Amino acid sequence: MIPLYWYLILSALIFAIGLAGALSRRNAILVLVGIELMLNAANLNFIAFWRYGPDSEAMGGLMFVIFSIAVAAAEAAVGLALIIVTYRHYKTVNLDKLDTLKG
Amino acid sequence: MIPIVFAILAILTLVSAVAAMSFRNLVHCALALAVTFAGLAAIYLQLGAPFIGWAQVLVYIGAVAILIVFAILLTRSAEAPKEPVVSPGWQTGVAVGALVFGVLTLAILSSEVAQRPPSAKPEPTVRAIGNQLMTRYVLPFEAIGLLLTAATIGAVIIAMSEVIKRQANTSKSLDDRPSEEASKS
Repeated sequence: MIPLYWYLILSALIFAIGLAGALSRRNAILVLVGIELMLNAANLNFIAFWRYGPDSEAMGGLMFVIFSIAVAAAEAAVGLALIIVTYRHYKTVNLDKLDTLKG
Repeated sequence: MIPIVFAILAILTLVSAVAAMSFRNLVHCALALAVTFAGLAAIYLQLGAPFIGWAQVLVYIGAVAILIVFAILLTRSAEAPKEPVVSPGWQTGVAVGALVFGVLTLAILSSEVAQRPPSAKPEPTVRAIGNQLMTRYVLPFEAIGLLLTAATIGAVIIAMSEVIKRQANTSKSLDDRPSEEASKS
């Protein structure tokens, strides 16, 4: 049987990939994609800890993932709507060009 | 789970995650992201959480990935740009990611919890999950319903075209005017 830390390291890798992408990509949509990857890494951790927990009859981990998926879906909808409005206003989604607030 | 299955799923997930973050063409990024979500869903299925696995397929592959494709096409960023796709300081971003991974791995490997064997194979039926949602977790369930409603309405209002908003405002002020005059007289 696979030990728990394989899942945890896989989840840490996905989180790191998402973080690096969100910090380094120029397109606002890709930044949102990176955030989605980080949320998914957290979900994988919840499921792995639930499966390897002392009492898997208690379904706290599963419930948390259900709520986390719902919150992530809401976040994606609002985030993409904001990006579309930004595009309509500035005609670009390049984050380096959205510098109106820069002093 | 058999180690080889885990290895295949993990490699698929990781490679497609890297691809989703590094392709130049954004439509390819969205497709790679769908593959990542599918790999994660397969891992959930293997971990004995079928409901979560299928919810992942429905919500992430079915809704979020399609939503991202829509956003890519609506913002006309489908074709690869001429200028570089990463910010000038991208090395810092990758370094921060690597640093976070290093710290997390150190913490995981030095922890005793991570060596724990899995517990007896649970069988969380959909009936059991529904029971829990309707009894113990009923308040968070209602709250998440409210949140989803608010987010849907908010997304529609944010993305609503300015012209439609202006029309709505003018028609409202036209409606208001007679009543104001009536109240004055």
